[in-house]
Amino acid sequence: MLRRRKLMEAMFKAVGLCSLALAVGTLGLLFGALVVEGLERIDWQFLTSFPSRHAAQAGILPALVGSTLIMLVTSVVGIPLGVAAAIYLEEYARRTWVTELIEVTVTNLAGVPSIIFGLLALGLFVYIVGLGASILTAGLTLALLILPVVIVTTREAIRAIPVQIREAAYALGATKWQTVSHHVVPYSAAGILTGVILALSRAIGETAPIVTIGALTFIAFLPPAPVTAQPPYISFEWLMSPFTVMPIQMFAWVSRPGEDFASNAAAAGLLLVVMTLVMNGLAIYVRYRMRKRVAW
Amino acid sequence: MIETAYTQDWPKPLKAESRNLSFSYGLGLAIKNLSVPIAEYQVTALIGPSGCGKSTFLRCFNRMHDLYPGTRYEGEILLYPDSRNLLARDVDPIEVRMRLAMVFQKPNPFPKSIYENVAYGLKVRGITDRRVLDEKVELALRSAALWEEVKDRLPAEGTSLSGGQQQRLCIARALATDPEMLLLDEPTSALDPIATASIEELLLDLKQRVTIMIVTHNMQQAARVSEWTAFMYLGELVEFGLTKQVFTNPSKKQTEDYITGRFG
Repeated sequence: MLRRRKLMEAMFKAVGLCSLALAVGTLGLLFGALVVEGLERIDWQFLTSFPSRHAAQAGILPALVGSTLIMLVTSVVGIPLGVAAAIYLEEYARRTWVTELIEVTVTNLAGVPSIIFGLLALGLFVYIVGLGASILTAGLTLALLILPVVIVTTREAIRAIPVQIREAAYALGATKWQTVSHHVVPYSAAGILTGVILALSRAIGETAPIVTIGALTFIAFLPPAPVTAQPPYISFEWLMSPFTVMPIQMFAWVSRPGEDFASNAAAAGLLLVVMTLVMNGLAIYVRYRMRKRVAW
Repeated sequence: MIETAYTQDWPKPLKAESRNLSFSYGLGLAIKNLSVPIAEYQVTALIGPSGCGKSTFLRCFNRMHDLYPGTRYEGEILLYPDSRNLLARDVDPIEVRMRLAMVFQKPNPFPKSIYENVAYGLKVRGITDRRVLDEKVELALRSAALWEEVKDRLPAEGTSLSGGQQQRLCIARALATDPEMLLLDEPTSALDPIATASIEELLLDLKQRVTIMIVTHNMQQAARVSEWTAFMYLGELVEFGLTKQVFTNPSKKQTEDYITGRFG
């Protein structure tokens, strides 16, 4: 009897190990293939050149700049909006069926296919508001996309604060706003930041909604610089500029015949994966650093 | 309905008084018709078995229940000398909490520095003058008998202190704003006997300056630190009187049974 139970245990161990090996192995293989094909293509020329008909002269610069600027817009819009919404839901809103409904909707929104967000943005930002296929439109679209994730992770971070800490603040005569700004937000910052970085690392690889709003696939110029020589020295013209992003650039190369372009695509893919990994690593580091500091 | 027993002696002067106070949340009535006087500059202990409503009663005094939905007070809590009814409609709970400070069961320092912990009540009140803050922080830490232990490491995290020190830090934090009353909700139940003894000693000093209400499940503690004792059972007040009388010669059988450890 005991032998049979031990056997079951050994079998489950084997099955579990196989599953893990399969998952990690596939990932490793994928990454390895990208490295083998793409690594030698990544050099200064590749990072600083515009796309070209000649694979060897082509570069990723506009896509790199486009992705970076869009992430900037997404962060500036998506993070404050999401964090504020989460704080309102957790700290201010009364528990009624309306808030319950909002809660369920927000959670479900995180699972909506990203192309739906693209369609929404195409109708709303591109046609109704008239922002065109610009960096601003793309940034706003991805901000909408990460909003549910930011809200959900922020709420979880806020909920992790013990009720005793809140009560301590209130008992000293703090108002709700003082409690939120002095305690709730600072103590949950690590969790919020982790969620935000993970959401952004997902957004940076998004292709479908960006294609839907009409990103270019071949672009030979950079958006206007944000800093100008004449007063007022700061320009927001870049917001309205056409753009492309890394995954689209990659896709454009993949769909072209020839070994050389495939190698370009692999290089772009490798860059994208590394950027995502760096962001994830940053999230882990931030969580580790701040968790150590905040303890109760 | 329990008929409450009161002793002949009556506290004077009064700092506060609950009159026919009932409190409910959700469906049930948590405390029923409580009338308890609180003597100024003395210690009043609330005792009774778990779930008798003693903490609930204490938390009515600084309107902590208002933080949660679906709660209802009836009756009044008068705070003297101005006879303000703390439960009146026009009274903001924040105003109440500015006058009555509270210390909780589990030490709950903020994950901030020792200094910031003590100064927090002052910060909330808009005091930013560094000199005033320094002075008040030192005074509060001295009052909580913690100054000598932490004066060289005020920027250290409050959570880095030992359990007993953390609780004294919480007492210092409560005292920094010169409250009129100090509400203590089982302040030593999470502490070891030595830390408990130091807090009890501290209370004897503090009552010179501030009126104290303490919830405790420790009979000896109630006997040691308090002048007055209220014994509660199932949300009602069974007996109120001088501690020595309640403990040596209770007028109710229930009180006697509880104190001698026959139930509870």
